[in-house]
Amino acid sequence: MAAQPLTGYRRPDGRAGIRNHVVILPVDDLSNAVCESVARTIPGTLALPHAYGRLQYGADLELTFRTLSGMGANPNVAAAVVIGIEPNWTDRVAGGIARTGKPVEGFSIERFGDLKTLSRAARVAQQMLQDASELQRGPVHREELIISIKCGESDTTTGLGSCPTVAQAVDRHVISGGTVIFGETSELTGGEHLIAARCANEQVRNRFQAMYDAYIDEIEASGANLLGSQPTQGNIRGGLSTIEEKALGNVAKTGTVPVVDALEPAVAPIRKGLNFMDSSSAAAEFITLMAAGGAAIHLFPTGQGNIIGNPIVPVVKITANPLTAETMAEHIDLDVSGLLWRQYNLREAGDRLMALIDRTINGRLTCAESLGHREFVITKLYRSA
Amino acid sequence: MSHIDVPSEEHIRAPESAPKFLIHNEGDHVAVAVQDVTPGENEAVYMDSNRTVIVRATEAIPLGHKVALVGLGEGDDVIEYGVRIGVTQQPISAGQLVHVHNIRSARWQHSL
Repeated sequence: MAAQPLTGYRRPDGRAGIRNHVVILPVDDLSNAVCESVARTIPGTLALPHAYGRLQYGADLELTFRTLSGMGANPNVAAAVVIGIEPNWTDRVAGGIARTGKPVEGFSIERFGDLKTLSRAARVAQQMLQDASELQRGPVHREELIISIKCGESDTTTGLGSCPTVAQAVDRHVISGGTVIFGETSELTGGEHLIAARCANEQVRNRFQAMYDAYIDEIEASGANLLGSQPTQGNIRGGLSTIEEKALGNVAKTGTVPVVDALEPAVAPIRKGLNFMDSSSAAAEFITLMAAGGAAIHLFPTGQGNIIGNPIVPVVKITANPLTAETMAEHIDLDVSGLLWRQYNLREAGDRLMALIDRTINGRLTCAESLGHREFVITKLYRSA
Repeated sequence: MSHIDVPSEEHIRAPESAPKFLIHNEGDHVAVAVQDVTPGENEAVYMDSNRTVIVRATEAIPLGHKVALVGLGEGDDVIEYGVRIGVTQQPISAGQLVHVHNIRSARWQHSL
Protein backbone atom coordinates (compact mmCIF):
# COMPACT_ATOMS: atom_id res chain seq x y z
CA MET A 1 0.00 0.00 0.00
CA ALA A 2 1.55 3.31 -1.11
CA ALA A 3 1.78 5.72 1.81
CA GLN A 4 -0.06 8.94 1.05
CA PRO A 5 1.80 12.20 1.78
CA LEU A 6 0.74 13.51 5.19
CA THR A 7 0.01 17.17 5.83
CA GLY A 8 -0.59 19.34 8.86
CA TYR A 9 -0.08 22.78 10.33
CA ARG A 10 3.42 23.68 11.53
CA ARG A 11 3.22 25.73 14.75
CA PRO A 12 5.75 28.36 15.92
CA ASP A 13 7.22 25.91 18.47
CA GLY A 14 7.91 23.41 15.69
CA ARG A 15 5.13 20.99 16.61
CA ALA A 16 2.63 19.80 14.01
CA GLY A 17 -1.15 20.00 14.32
CA ILE A 18 -3.77 18.26 12.19
CA ARG A 19 -6.58 20.74 12.86
CA ASN A 20 -6.52 24.53 12.84
CA HIS A 21 -8.87 25.72 15.58
CA VAL A 22 -9.13 29.24 16.97
CA VAL A 23 -10.40 28.63 20.51
CA ILE A 24 -12.20 30.97 22.89
CA LEU A 25 -11.16 29.58 26.27
CA PRO A 26 -12.84 30.51 29.56
CA VAL A 27 -10.65 30.48 32.67
CA ASP A 28 -13.73 29.89 34.84
CA ASP A 29 -17.42 28.98 34.70
CA LEU A 30 -18.42 32.66 34.96
CA SER A 31 -16.75 33.44 31.66
CA ASN A 32 -18.51 30.74 29.63
CA ALA A 33 -21.33 33.09 28.55
CA VAL A 34 -19.12 35.74 26.97
CA CYS A 35 -16.86 33.09 25.38
CA GLU A 36 -19.90 31.54 23.73
CA SER A 37 -21.02 35.02 22.62
CA VAL A 38 -17.63 35.61 20.99
CA ALA A 39 -17.88 32.27 19.15
CA ARG A 40 -21.38 33.15 17.96
CA THR A 41 -20.23 36.58 16.81
CA ILE A 42 -17.22 35.18 14.96
CA PRO A 43 -18.46 31.89 13.47
CA GLY A 44 -15.59 29.53 12.85
CA THR A 45 -14.05 30.11 16.25
CA LEU A 46 -14.66 27.51 18.92
CA ALA A 47 -15.76 28.23 22.51
CA LEU A 48 -14.64 25.70 25.15
CA PRO A 49 -17.08 26.13 28.05
CA HIS A 50 -16.48 24.14 31.26
CA ALA A 51 -17.72 23.99 34.83
CA TYR A 52 -14.76 25.00 37.02
CA GLY A 53 -11.98 27.51 37.69
CA ARG A 54 -13.19 29.25 40.85
CA LEU A 55 -11.91 28.80 44.42
CA GLN A 56 -9.81 25.81 43.52
CA TYR A 57 -6.53 25.42 45.37
CA GLY A 58 -3.38 23.31 45.57
CA ALA A 59 -2.87 20.37 43.23
CA ASP A 60 -6.45 20.64 41.96
CA LEU A 61 -5.90 24.26 40.87
CA GLU A 62 -2.56 23.39 39.28
CA LEU A 63 -4.25 20.61 37.29
CA THR A 64 -6.94 23.02 36.06
CA PHE A 65 -4.30 25.55 34.99
CA ARG A 66 -2.32 22.78 33.27
CA THR A 67 -5.45 21.52 31.52
CA LEU A 68 -6.54 24.97 30.28
CA SER A 69 -3.06 26.01 29.16
CA GLY A 70 -2.50 22.60 27.61
CA MET A 71 -5.71 22.83 25.58
CA GLY A 72 -4.63 26.18 24.18
CA ALA A 73 -1.07 24.96 23.62
CA ASN A 74 -2.21 21.80 21.76
CA PRO A 75 -0.82 21.88 18.22
CA ASN A 76 -4.33 21.40 16.78
CA VAL A 77 -5.01 24.96 18.00
CA ALA A 78 -3.83 27.87 15.81
CA ALA A 79 -4.62 30.69 18.23
CA ALA A 80 -6.46 31.29 21.50
CA VAL A 81 -8.53 34.00 23.15
CA VAL A 82 -8.57 33.50 26.94
CA ILE A 83 -11.29 35.14 29.03
CA GLY A 84 -11.53 35.08 32.83
CA ILE A 85 -13.39 37.04 35.47
CA GLU A 86 -10.20 38.70 36.80
CA PRO A 87 -6.78 39.36 35.27
CA ASN A 88 -4.45 37.33 37.48
CA TRP A 89 -5.52 33.76 36.70
CA THR A 90 -6.37 34.84 33.13
CA ASP A 91 -2.75 35.92 32.62
CA ARG A 92 -1.58 32.66 34.12
CA VAL A 93 -3.51 30.55 31.57
CA ALA A 94 -2.74 32.85 28.62
CA GLY A 95 0.93 32.89 29.62
CA GLY A 96 1.06 29.10 29.55
CA ILE A 97 -0.24 29.12 25.99
CA ALA A 98 2.03 31.99 24.91
CA ARG A 99 5.10 29.84 25.60
CA THR A 100 4.30 27.95 22.38
CA GLY A 101 4.73 31.20 20.42
CA LYS A 102 1.23 30.98 18.91
CA PRO A 103 -1.10 34.01 18.96
CA VAL A 104 -2.90 34.29 22.32
CA GLU A 105 -4.62 37.18 24.06
CA GLY A 106 -6.21 37.34 27.51
CA PHE A 107 -9.23 39.42 28.59
CA SER A 108 -10.76 39.87 32.02
CA ILE A 109 -14.37 40.81 32.62
CA GLU A 110 -14.12 42.90 35.81
CA ARG A 111 -14.08 46.68 35.04
CA PHE A 112 -15.57 45.96 31.58
CA GLY A 113 -18.60 43.67 31.92
CA ASP A 114 -19.65 41.03 29.40
CA LEU A 115 -20.59 43.43 26.58
CA LYS A 116 -17.36 45.43 26.39
CA THR A 117 -15.43 42.17 26.83
CA LEU A 118 -17.38 40.70 23.93
CA SER A 119 -16.54 43.67 21.75
CA ARG A 120 -12.80 43.63 22.63
CA ALA A 121 -12.38 39.85 22.44
CA ALA A 122 -14.42 39.44 19.24
CA ARG A 123 -12.18 41.91 17.37
CA VAL A 124 -9.10 39.90 18.34
CA ALA A 125 -10.85 36.58 17.59
CA GLN A 126 -11.80 37.83 14.14
CA GLN A 127 -8.20 38.77 13.34
CA MET A 128 -6.94 35.40 14.67
CA LEU A 129 -9.49 33.50 12.59
CA GLN A 130 -8.61 35.33 9.40
CA ASP A 131 -4.89 34.84 10.06
CA ALA A 132 -5.42 31.13 10.80
CA SER A 133 -7.34 30.73 7.56
CA GLU A 134 -4.17 31.66 5.68
CA LEU A 135 -2.05 28.98 7.33
CA GLN A 136 -1.30 26.30 4.77
CA ARG A 137 -1.00 22.58 5.35
CA GLY A 138 2.54 21.37 4.83
CA PRO A 139 4.36 18.05 5.10
CA VAL A 140 4.30 16.34 8.51
CA HIS A 141 5.47 12.94 9.65
CA ARG A 142 3.06 10.66 11.46
CA GLU A 143 5.78 9.95 14.03
CA GLU A 144 5.83 13.55 15.27
CA LEU A 145 2.16 13.36 16.28
CA ILE A 146 1.21 12.20 19.76
CA ILE A 147 -1.51 9.52 19.64
CA SER A 148 -3.61 8.86 22.74
CA ILE A 149 -5.64 5.71 23.38
CA LYS A 150 -8.54 4.80 25.63
CA CYS A 151 -11.49 2.45 25.18
CA GLY A 152 -15.03 2.96 26.43
CA GLU A 153 -18.32 1.14 26.88
CA SER A 154 -16.12 -1.92 26.65
CA ASP A 155 -17.41 -5.42 26.24
CA THR A 156 -15.77 -8.72 25.41
CA THR A 157 -15.45 -7.75 21.72
CA THR A 158 -13.12 -4.95 22.80
CA GLY A 159 -10.56 -7.42 24.11
CA LEU A 160 -11.10 -9.75 21.15
CA GLY A 161 -10.95 -7.24 18.31
CA SER A 162 -10.90 -3.45 18.64
CA CYS A 163 -8.21 -3.19 21.35
CA PRO A 164 -5.81 -5.62 19.58
CA THR A 165 -6.36 -3.56 16.40
CA VAL A 166 -5.34 -0.39 18.27
CA ALA A 167 -2.35 -2.33 19.65
CA GLN A 168 -1.20 -2.80 16.07
CA ALA A 169 -1.21 0.99 15.61
CA VAL A 170 0.52 1.56 18.97
CA ASP A 171 3.36 -0.84 18.19
CA ARG A 172 3.82 0.47 14.65
CA HIS A 173 3.73 4.13 15.75
CA VAL A 174 6.19 3.62 18.61
CA ILE A 175 8.58 1.40 16.64
CA SER A 176 8.78 4.09 13.94
CA GLY A 177 9.69 6.70 16.58
CA GLY A 178 6.32 8.08 17.65
CA THR A 179 4.72 8.75 21.02
CA VAL A 180 1.55 7.20 22.45
CA ILE A 181 -0.20 7.98 25.75
CA PHE A 182 -2.44 5.56 27.64
CA GLY A 183 -3.82 5.68 31.20
CA GLU A 184 -7.11 4.77 32.92
CA THR A 185 -5.31 4.07 36.20
CA SER A 186 -8.01 2.27 38.16
CA GLU A 187 -9.21 0.29 35.14
CA LEU A 188 -5.87 -1.48 35.00
CA THR A 189 -6.91 -3.44 38.10
CA GLY A 190 -6.21 -7.11 37.44
CA GLY A 191 -3.72 -6.29 34.69
CA GLU A 192 -1.56 -3.67 36.43
CA HIS A 193 1.19 -6.24 36.98
CA LEU A 194 1.42 -6.65 33.19
CA ILE A 195 2.00 -2.89 32.79
CA ALA A 196 4.48 -2.80 35.69
CA ALA A 197 6.45 -5.62 34.04
CA ARG A 198 6.68 -3.58 30.82
CA CYS A 199 8.07 -0.42 32.48
CA ALA A 200 11.42 0.46 30.88
CA ASN A 201 13.28 0.73 34.21
CA GLU A 202 12.90 0.58 37.96
CA GLN A 203 12.31 4.32 38.27
CA VAL A 204 9.37 4.29 35.84
CA ARG A 205 8.01 1.12 37.44
CA ASN A 206 8.09 2.66 40.92
CA ARG A 207 6.42 5.84 39.71
CA PHE A 208 3.73 3.86 37.87
CA GLN A 209 3.10 1.61 40.87
CA ALA A 210 2.88 4.58 43.25
CA MET A 211 0.30 6.28 41.01
CA TYR A 212 -1.72 3.07 40.72
CA ASP A 213 -1.61 2.35 44.46
CA ALA A 214 -2.59 5.93 45.36
CA TYR A 215 -5.59 5.84 43.00
CA ILE A 216 -6.83 2.52 44.39
CA ASP A 217 -6.24 3.66 47.98
CA GLU A 218 -8.36 6.74 47.27
CA ILE A 219 -11.22 4.63 45.90
CA GLU A 220 -11.04 2.15 48.78
CA ALA A 221 -10.77 4.90 51.40
CA SER A 222 -14.09 6.29 50.17
CA GLY A 223 -15.72 3.08 51.39
CA ALA A 224 -18.08 3.28 48.43
CA ASN A 225 -19.74 0.24 46.95
CA LEU A 226 -18.46 0.00 43.39
CA LEU A 227 -21.34 -2.16 42.23
CA GLY A 228 -22.75 -0.47 39.16
CA SER A 229 -19.61 1.57 38.52
CA GLN A 230 -16.99 -1.03 37.68
CA PRO A 231 -17.73 -2.83 35.50
CA THR A 232 -20.35 -0.37 34.25
CA GLN A 233 -23.88 -1.46 33.38
CA GLY A 234 -22.91 -1.20 29.71
CA ASN A 235 -19.87 -3.41 30.29
CA ILE A 236 -22.01 -6.06 32.03
CA ARG A 237 -24.63 -5.94 29.29
CA GLY A 238 -21.83 -6.61 26.82
CA GLY A 239 -20.65 -9.69 28.71
CA LEU A 240 -17.85 -8.32 30.92
CA SER A 241 -18.16 -9.80 34.41
CA THR A 242 -15.37 -8.26 36.52
CA ILE A 243 -12.95 -5.33 36.65
CA GLU A 244 -10.11 -7.78 35.97
CA GLU A 245 -11.69 -9.00 32.74
CA LYS A 246 -12.31 -5.41 31.67
CA ALA A 247 -8.71 -4.47 32.53
CA LEU A 248 -7.23 -7.28 30.44
CA GLY A 249 -9.13 -6.04 27.38
CA ASN A 250 -8.00 -2.53 28.23
CA VAL A 251 -4.34 -3.59 28.50
CA ALA A 252 -4.63 -5.44 25.16
CA LYS A 253 -4.69 -2.10 23.32
CA THR A 254 -1.31 -0.97 24.68
CA GLY A 255 0.59 -3.32 22.36
CA THR A 256 3.90 -4.87 23.30
CA VAL A 257 6.32 -1.93 23.48
CA PRO A 258 7.92 -0.82 26.78
CA VAL A 259 6.36 1.86 29.00
CA VAL A 260 8.92 4.68 28.95
CA ASP A 261 7.38 7.11 31.44
CA ALA A 262 4.63 7.61 34.01
CA LEU A 263 3.20 11.12 33.71
CA GLU A 264 1.14 13.26 36.08
CA PRO A 265 -2.25 14.19 34.59
CA ALA A 266 -2.23 16.76 31.73
CA VAL A 267 1.58 16.76 31.51
CA ALA A 268 3.09 16.62 28.01
CA PRO A 269 5.33 13.59 27.40
CA ILE A 270 9.03 14.28 26.99
CA ARG A 271 10.10 10.73 26.08
CA LYS A 272 9.29 9.13 22.73
CA GLY A 273 7.45 5.84 23.04
CA LEU A 274 4.54 4.54 25.11
CA ASN A 275 3.77 6.84 28.06
CA PHE A 276 1.40 6.09 30.94
CA MET A 277 -0.60 9.05 32.29
CA ASP A 278 -2.30 8.87 35.70
CA SER A 279 -5.92 9.50 34.74
CA SER A 280 -9.59 8.85 35.27
CA SER A 281 -11.22 6.31 32.95
CA ALA A 282 -14.23 8.55 32.32
CA ALA A 283 -13.99 9.24 28.58
CA ALA A 284 -14.47 13.01 28.50
CA GLU A 285 -12.08 13.62 31.41
CA PHE A 286 -9.54 11.25 29.92
CA ILE A 287 -9.43 12.70 26.40
CA THR A 288 -9.36 16.23 27.84
CA LEU A 289 -6.22 15.28 29.82
CA MET A 290 -4.68 13.79 26.67
CA ALA A 291 -5.52 16.92 24.65
CA ALA A 292 -3.87 19.00 27.35
CA GLY A 293 -0.84 16.72 27.15
CA GLY A 294 -0.53 17.48 23.43
CA ALA A 295 -2.27 14.52 21.76
CA ALA A 296 -3.11 15.29 18.13
CA ILE A 297 -5.36 12.27 17.52
CA HIS A 298 -7.16 9.80 19.77
CA LEU A 299 -7.93 6.13 19.04
CA PHE A 300 -11.05 4.92 20.85
CA PRO A 301 -12.00 1.24 20.77
CA THR A 302 -15.60 0.73 21.88
CA GLY A 303 -17.80 -2.30 22.39
CA GLN A 304 -21.33 -1.23 23.27
CA GLY A 305 -20.90 2.18 21.61
CA ASN A 306 -19.42 5.12 23.51
CA ILE A 307 -20.10 8.29 21.45
CA ILE A 308 -17.40 10.56 22.93
CA GLY A 309 -15.67 13.39 21.06
CA ASN A 310 -13.35 16.27 21.93
CA PRO A 311 -13.42 19.89 20.73
CA ILE A 312 -9.84 19.94 19.42
CA VAL A 313 -8.68 16.31 19.12
CA PRO A 314 -10.22 14.05 16.45
CA VAL A 315 -11.48 10.87 18.15
CA VAL A 316 -11.38 7.78 15.92
CA LYS A 317 -13.86 5.06 17.01
CA ILE A 318 -13.14 1.42 16.35
CA THR A 319 -15.54 -1.39 17.17
CA ALA A 320 -15.47 -5.16 16.75
CA ASN A 321 -19.06 -5.52 17.95
CA PRO A 322 -21.18 -6.24 14.86
CA LEU A 323 -24.37 -5.11 16.59
CA THR A 324 -22.82 -1.75 17.51
CA ALA A 325 -21.34 -1.33 14.03
CA GLU A 326 -24.79 -1.82 12.53
CA THR A 327 -27.02 0.00 15.01
CA MET A 328 -24.68 2.96 15.70
CA ALA A 329 -22.98 3.25 12.32
CA GLU A 330 -22.85 7.06 12.43
CA HIS A 331 -20.50 6.85 15.44
CA ILE A 332 -18.15 4.16 14.16
CA ASP A 333 -15.13 5.17 12.04
CA LEU A 334 -13.78 1.64 11.65
CA ASP A 335 -15.70 -1.65 11.88
CA VAL A 336 -13.38 -4.59 12.61
CA SER A 337 -16.12 -7.05 13.56
CA GLY A 338 -14.78 -9.36 10.86
CA LEU A 339 -12.01 -10.23 13.34
CA LEU A 340 -14.59 -12.03 15.47
CA TRP A 341 -15.56 -14.18 12.54
CA ARG A 342 -11.97 -14.60 11.34
CA GLN A 343 -12.69 -12.96 7.98
CA TYR A 344 -9.31 -11.18 8.15
CA ASN A 345 -6.42 -11.09 10.60
CA LEU A 346 -5.13 -8.49 13.03
CA ARG A 347 -2.41 -7.29 10.69
CA GLU A 348 -5.03 -6.46 8.05
CA ALA A 349 -7.20 -4.72 10.65
CA GLY A 350 -4.09 -2.77 11.71
CA ASP A 351 -3.46 -1.76 8.08
CA ARG A 352 -7.02 -0.45 7.82
CA LEU A 353 -6.60 1.55 11.02
CA MET A 354 -3.28 3.05 9.90
CA ALA A 355 -4.88 4.12 6.60
CA LEU A 356 -7.74 5.72 8.53
CA ILE A 357 -5.30 7.51 10.87
CA ASP A 358 -3.54 8.95 7.82
CA ARG A 359 -6.82 10.14 6.27
CA THR A 360 -7.77 11.72 9.61
CA ILE A 361 -4.40 13.46 9.79
CA ASN A 362 -5.01 14.84 6.30
CA GLY A 363 -8.32 16.35 7.32
CA ARG A 364 -11.02 13.67 7.08
CA LEU A 365 -13.55 14.49 9.80
CA THR A 366 -14.15 11.72 12.29
CA CYS A 367 -17.70 10.60 13.12
CA ALA A 368 -17.49 12.49 16.43
CA GLU A 369 -16.31 15.69 14.71
CA SER A 370 -19.03 15.52 12.08
CA LEU A 371 -21.72 14.91 14.74
CA GLY A 372 -20.51 17.87 16.81
CA HIS A 373 -19.25 15.90 19.82
CA ARG A 374 -17.09 18.37 21.76
CA GLU A 375 -16.96 16.95 25.27
CA PHE A 376 -14.47 18.98 27.33
CA VAL A 377 -14.33 18.04 31.02
CA ILE A 378 -11.73 19.12 33.53
CA THR A 379 -10.65 16.46 36.05
CA LYS A 380 -11.39 17.72 39.56
CA LEU A 381 -9.18 16.23 42.27
CA TYR A 382 -11.28 17.41 45.26
CA ARG A 383 -13.93 19.99 46.15
CA SER A 384 -13.17 23.69 45.93
CA ALA A 385 -12.61 25.95 48.94
CA MET B 1 -31.05 -13.11 30.03
CA SER B 2 -33.41 -10.32 30.98
CA HIS B 3 -30.75 -7.63 30.61
CA ILE B 4 -30.41 -8.32 26.87
CA ASP B 5 -33.20 -6.14 25.55
CA VAL B 6 -32.09 -5.97 21.92
CA PRO B 7 -34.99 -6.66 19.54
CA SER B 8 -34.51 -10.00 17.84
CA GLU B 9 -34.60 -8.50 14.33
CA GLU B 10 -31.43 -6.58 15.23
CA HIS B 11 -29.49 -9.75 15.91
CA ILE B 12 -26.57 -10.04 13.56
CA ARG B 13 -26.28 -12.97 11.21
CA ALA B 14 -22.69 -14.22 11.06
CA PRO B 15 -21.28 -15.85 7.93
CA GLU B 16 -21.50 -19.62 7.66
CA SER B 17 -17.72 -19.98 8.04
CA ALA B 18 -17.55 -18.07 11.34
CA PRO B 19 -16.77 -19.86 14.61
CA LYS B 20 -19.33 -19.62 17.41
CA PHE B 21 -16.75 -18.96 20.13
CA LEU B 22 -13.24 -17.52 20.42
CA ILE B 23 -10.86 -18.44 23.25
CA HIS B 24 -8.02 -16.04 24.08
CA ASN B 25 -5.37 -18.48 25.35
CA GLU B 26 -4.76 -22.20 25.69
CA GLY B 27 -5.56 -23.04 29.31
CA ASP B 28 -8.38 -20.49 29.64
CA HIS B 29 -11.49 -21.60 31.54
CA VAL B 30 -13.93 -19.64 29.34
CA ALA B 31 -14.75 -19.02 25.67
CA VAL B 32 -16.48 -15.88 24.35
CA ALA B 33 -19.48 -16.18 22.03
CA VAL B 34 -18.89 -14.19 18.82
CA GLN B 35 -22.50 -14.65 17.73
CA ASP B 36 -25.67 -15.60 19.56
CA VAL B 37 -25.24 -19.27 20.42
CA THR B 38 -28.01 -21.79 21.09
CA PRO B 39 -27.49 -24.86 23.30
CA GLY B 40 -25.64 -27.71 21.59
CA GLU B 41 -22.27 -28.47 20.04
CA ASN B 42 -20.45 -25.44 18.63
CA GLU B 43 -17.05 -24.73 17.13
CA ALA B 44 -14.57 -22.67 19.16
CA VAL B 45 -11.15 -21.39 18.04
CA TYR B 46 -8.13 -20.57 20.22
CA MET B 47 -6.73 -17.18 19.20
CA ASP B 48 -3.16 -17.98 20.32
CA SER B 49 -2.79 -21.45 18.75
CA ASN B 50 -5.56 -21.42 16.07
CA ARG B 51 -6.64 -24.82 17.45
CA THR B 52 -10.32 -25.64 16.94
CA VAL B 53 -12.37 -27.46 19.59
CA ILE B 54 -16.03 -28.37 20.03
CA VAL B 55 -17.81 -26.74 22.96
CA ARG B 56 -21.11 -28.10 24.21
CA ALA B 57 -23.22 -25.18 25.50
CA THR B 58 -25.93 -26.28 27.91
CA GLU B 59 -27.77 -22.95 27.73
CA ALA B 60 -28.05 -20.01 25.32
CA ILE B 61 -24.93 -17.81 25.25
CA PRO B 62 -25.57 -14.33 23.75
CA LEU B 63 -22.97 -12.56 21.61
CA GLY B 64 -20.12 -11.33 23.82
CA HIS B 65 -20.94 -13.56 26.77
CA LYS B 66 -18.85 -16.42 28.14
CA VAL B 67 -19.29 -20.15 28.39
CA ALA B 68 -17.38 -22.40 30.82
CA LEU B 69 -14.94 -24.77 29.07
CA VAL B 70 -14.28 -26.76 32.26
CA GLY B 71 -16.12 -27.48 35.49
CA LEU B 72 -15.19 -25.15 38.37
CA GLY B 73 -15.84 -25.47 42.10
CA GLU B 74 -17.06 -22.71 44.40
CA GLY B 75 -14.30 -20.14 45.08
CA ASP B 76 -12.09 -21.32 42.21
CA ASP B 77 -10.09 -18.86 40.13
CA VAL B 78 -11.53 -18.18 36.66
CA ILE B 79 -8.83 -17.86 33.98
CA GLU B 80 -9.18 -15.84 30.73
CA TYR B 81 -6.30 -14.24 28.74
CA GLY B 82 -4.17 -16.69 30.75
CA VAL B 83 -4.83 -14.50 33.82
CA ARG B 84 -7.30 -14.63 36.72
CA ILE B 85 -10.40 -12.55 35.93
CA GLY B 86 -12.27 -13.41 39.12
CA VAL B 87 -13.48 -16.22 41.38
CA THR B 88 -16.60 -18.37 41.21
CA GLN B 89 -19.42 -17.76 43.67
CA GLN B 90 -20.88 -21.22 43.13
CA PRO B 91 -19.92 -24.39 41.26
CA ILE B 92 -20.06 -23.98 37.46
CA SER B 93 -20.36 -26.87 34.98
CA ALA B 94 -18.73 -26.94 31.57
CA GLY B 95 -21.20 -25.48 29.07
CA GLN B 96 -22.84 -23.01 31.47
CA LEU B 97 -23.00 -19.25 31.04
CA VAL B 98 -20.30 -17.50 33.11
CA HIS B 99 -21.22 -13.97 34.21
CA VAL B 100 -21.98 -11.74 37.20
CA HIS B 101 -24.51 -14.24 38.59
CA ASN B 102 -21.83 -16.88 39.23
CA ILE B 103 -18.41 -15.13 39.31
CA ARG B 104 -17.09 -12.00 41.02
CA SER B 105 -14.00 -9.84 41.10
CA ALA B 106 -11.18 -11.26 43.21
CA ARG B 107 -9.76 -7.76 43.62
CA TRP B 108 -12.61 -5.38 44.36
CA GLN B 109 -14.51 -7.16 47.07
CA HIS B 110 -16.98 -4.29 47.39
CA SER B 111 -17.87 -4.41 43.72
CA LEU B 112 -20.18 -7.41 43.77
